[in-house]
Amino acid sequence: MAGFVLASIYKPIETAYTSTPVNEQENRQNTDVAFHKMMDVLTHPRCLNCHPSDNVPKQGEDSHPHHFDIARGESHKGFEATKCATCHQSENNPYSSAPGSPHWSLAPHSMRWQGLDRFEIAKSMMDTERNGGRSPEEIKKHLTEDDLVLWAWEPGTNIKGEPRELPPVSKKEFISAVEAWFESGHTIPSK
Amino acid sequence: MKISMIVNGQSHAIELTDEYTPLLWVIRDILGLKGTKFGCGKAACGACTLHVDGEAVRSCSYPVKFAEGKQITTIEGLGNAENPHPVQQAWIEEIVPQCGYCQPGFMMATAALLNKIPNPTDEDIDNNIINVCRCGTYYRMRKAIHKAADKQNAINEINEPTKA
Ligand code: FES
Ligand code: FES
Repeated sequence: MAGFVLASIYKPIETAYTSTPVNEQENRQNTDVAFHKMMDVLTHPRCLNCHPSDNVPKQGEDSHPHHFDIARGESHKGFEATKCATCHQSENNPYSSAPGSPHWSLAPHSMRWQGLDRFEIAKSMMDTERNGGRSPEEIKKHLTEDDLVLWAWEPGTNIKGEPRELPPVSKKEFISAVEAWFESGHTIPSK
Repeated sequence: MKISMIVNGQSHAIELTDEYTPLLWVIRDILGLKGTKFGCGKAACGACTLHVDGEAVRSCSYPVKFAEGKQITTIEGLGNAENPHPVQQAWIEEIVPQCGYCQPGFMMATAALLNKIPNPTDEDIDNNIINVCRCGTYYRMRKAIHKAADKQNAINEINEPTKA
């Protein structure tokens, strides 16, 4: 009898909260961790210096404008006669300290990242209007295989002969984080 | 290791132990062509500019291994006293050099520019001719670059007259 009364007056408490199964919650947490690890790298000067918002490549950990008034030019590889390849070859130069990598160049203007926060950068990176029409699979490949991206972990020495600063996450951890983020659906967490 | 390259039209095969040896050292110390100068060794001043397959390159920052099979032109190969290149001729006429040390690099950079832009504007010159001259001969250089462009265009016009 008591059971019957209780059942008849019981009403669930109204709430907007819907519980997320433990697995899903864990997945989301892992995705967010992977996202932030990936973005710790993509917001480092080693990456941002070549994604300028003003057509001027940046140099150094302080991201100062490239010396000698060098700018993007029409091909993203400098001016007509004085271009990136006038000084930068396909490898770091151990004598002059000029950094180098295959296809040394700026990211196109549509891929400008300087001044954006990590969430905006991620949106820009995944937006086909701005990322050169790349699919998520192609972006993943770019981040994990492209010579110029991976150069960030082999940046050589600066003009004083000191090693250039590395991104804050190791190459191996970065690649794992990128793969994890893309495999779990590449959701950009809210700010 | 052996590196083969063509310098000012002549073939050379050079034995070296360090493939990262700057091309500048090979040009100056092995081939004895002293027109190309050393200024900074850091790809910053342009004194060492020469052409590799027609493109301006700062040879202090160019490992010789990349020169394999390529055509190198130095200031000695650009022209000579009897037959100066239009850039050299304009430089003489405008009496550009002061101490002269930086000038071969500037002339090589200018020759590369005129091959890309036959009629460079002042802005094109500002963008592309970014070598350093400690004597400050920039003003005369600018005049010489415009003059060299006119000379080269006149020669091209004679060699390849535009069909009316
Ligand atoms: S000596 Fe090569 S740029 Fe200065
Ligand atoms: S003429 Fe003296 S450094 Fe240029």
